[in-house]
Amino acid sequence: MTNKDKTKAMKTSSPAQSEQKSSVFSDILLSIKDLHVWFELRKWGFRHAGYVRAVDGITFDLSNSETIAIVGESGCGKTSLMRTVLLLNRPTKGTVAFDGRVINDLKAEDLKNYRSHVGYVQQDPYGAMPPFMSIQAILEEPLKINGVKDPVERFNRVKKALEEVKMSPAEEFMAKFPHMLSGGQQQRVVIARAMIMEPRLLIADEPVSMLDASVRVEILKLLRGLQKKHNLGVIYITHDLSTVRYFSEQIFVMYAGQVIEKGNVKQVLQATSHPYTFALLEATSDPDARNATVQKEVPPGEPPSLVNPPKGCRFHPRCPKMIDGVCNVEMPPDFEPEPGHFVKCWLLK
Amino acid sequence: MANDKQFLLDIQELKLHFRTTKGVVQAVDGVNFQLKPNQAVVVVGESGCGKTSLAKAILRLLPRNVQHYGGKVYLNDLETMGLTDEEYRKQVRWIKMSLVPQAAMNSLNPVLRVGDQVAEPMMIHYGVKKDEAMQQAIKMFQHVGVPVDFINRYAFELSGGMRQRVAIAMSLVTAPALVMLDEPTSALDVLTQANIFNLLKRIKSEMATSFVLITHDIATSSELADRVAVMYAGQIVEVADAFTFFKQPRHPYSAKLMASVPKLRGNDEPDFITGQPPSLINPPTGCRFAARCPKRFGKCSEEPPTVTIGEDKVKCWLHV
Repeated sequence: MTNKDKTKAMKTSSPAQSEQKSSVFSDILLSIKDLHVWFELRKWGFRHAGYVRAVDGITFDLSNSETIAIVGESGCGKTSLMRTVLLLNRPTKGTVAFDGRVINDLKAEDLKNYRSHVGYVQQDPYGAMPPFMSIQAILEEPLKINGVKDPVERFNRVKKALEEVKMSPAEEFMAKFPHMLSGGQQQRVVIARAMIMEPRLLIADEPVSMLDASVRVEILKLLRGLQKKHNLGVIYITHDLSTVRYFSEQIFVMYAGQVIEKGNVKQVLQATSHPYTFALLEATSDPDARNATVQKEVPPGEPPSLVNPPKGCRFHPRCPKMIDGVCNVEMPPDFEPEPGHFVKCWLLK
Repeated sequence: MANDKQFLLDIQELKLHFRTTKGVVQAVDGVNFQLKPNQAVVVVGESGCGKTSLAKAILRLLPRNVQHYGGKVYLNDLETMGLTDEEYRKQVRWIKMSLVPQAAMNSLNPVLRVGDQVAEPMMIHYGVKKDEAMQQAIKMFQHVGVPVDFINRYAFELSGGMRQRVAIAMSLVTAPALVMLDEPTSALDVLTQANIFNLLKRIKSEMATSFVLITHDIATSSELADRVAVMYAGQIVEVADAFTFFKQPRHPYSAKLMASVPKLRGNDEPDFITGQPPSLINPPTGCRFAARCPKRFGKCSEEPPTVTIGEDKVKCWLHV
């Protein structure tokens, strides 16, 4: 069965797109509605002791050939969101729909089928590859699992995948082991592995944070090229705002399990509206000698516990513009200062 | 060559070569630079260019497979190369110079309370009693912004940013004149990173400490830099004042490195450096960057001289 047949086979239920609010993009690949991912805490191994609300009410649509950058500090729920899209953990509430079909409860064969459409680029390339397998074996594995039986076809596809990530001569790299490659090359192999099943959605979890500064841009440009060529939807998870504007269309800023500001790159970076996004931008340095002479303004404290998130706006304990009696009482809804730009902050009321 | 007294740290022709199964790795190959009191110098370069080895060579924290270790390291007027290991440990380490190692947050001892760890250098190097050392540790905790009641906690009970602060407290407890920081913020979030740099700037102005900051992240390095030293393939190719460097780097490699930084403000599209740094086992003769250099010409096959421009230095034929 080729990839396209599989895609067709997946489209069994009627598309759920009709009920979504109109979007400038017509071809929605991934649609997430009111997604909650809670992890149960247990005392002594069995008594219920509350939930960690890792993802708490997130809604968005991702179109083909669009990149959404999800920006936030560690512990804000970026990774839980991504793991839920990969169905490595299940949504507690809300739906994840891929290509118009709700995938919350996929099992066995359907799940395997779905995952072959989703590529995953891990943060740490060396940790993501088995050290005892050659590059060829690593890249062949997804093909074997997905039933490509002909060794010649497998070899050709591995070769093509390596050439696509600009690792040539491909044959020479195939025989090598992960430790023999540089960090940038390892990350290319991980990207080749993510691309080998010709996925339609690519999830990149901090793909360059472990790499040297000089190869970061190269890897991001490679990902951007692959996206254009194959019409991929990409979720780019990062904590580095400086790379986002070159490599994505939409920016979602996450804080304590929620998206607190979202919009296109221009809206979020130039018409920044949420105090937390301001703080992130302020903290990001550009190379400039004047930086050494000034102290930066950083909100005090640390992100809240996701077991007992603060009442009202989750950022209010650290927010310099907190309005007493409003921000610490009621959770702000999504305000829309301009079309497509959503901000969860009472200041915009 | 006697040391000019105006420098706190003066490194001359420092070399550190390692013996491996594949040959001799020339990780640090003739490094020269100077640092004035209360200055911060940033050493930037790609991974594998010898930055961490340079820190180890300055602090004499050597592994067992050293083939060659030579050159001169002056600390004020003390020539440290002439000291025996024991003298070096007693006279230099922690007293004059300390290190915040790479991934400092994971280098804390998991089975010791963080307060004890911060107090330990005082007890070992100054022979003070435990109570007194703990008092000093508490002072240091307040100074770096760690709540004092954390003193009885273990490393795993602290967040990444707090652990980094503890590691910095530990390096400062004996009040050395020079602190070396090896990638102090690479594993931290942006807000925590900004906090740590705020702290380092404050320490620099309050305690008059000098810093050698080793990093590959040029954007954040500008948060502390008075001077910038660019390292490539075991050698320093440019040393310049931060204001000059960030505006107009002189060496083609520095220019390429600067162009590879994605900027939040401004419009230039980031670029990348093609090719890979050379192996340090058999580095190319002549200029080591020549193979990747967009401005190379005939002369580059010969070893470039180090050209002095004011207080700055650049190792490139273009500036002769």
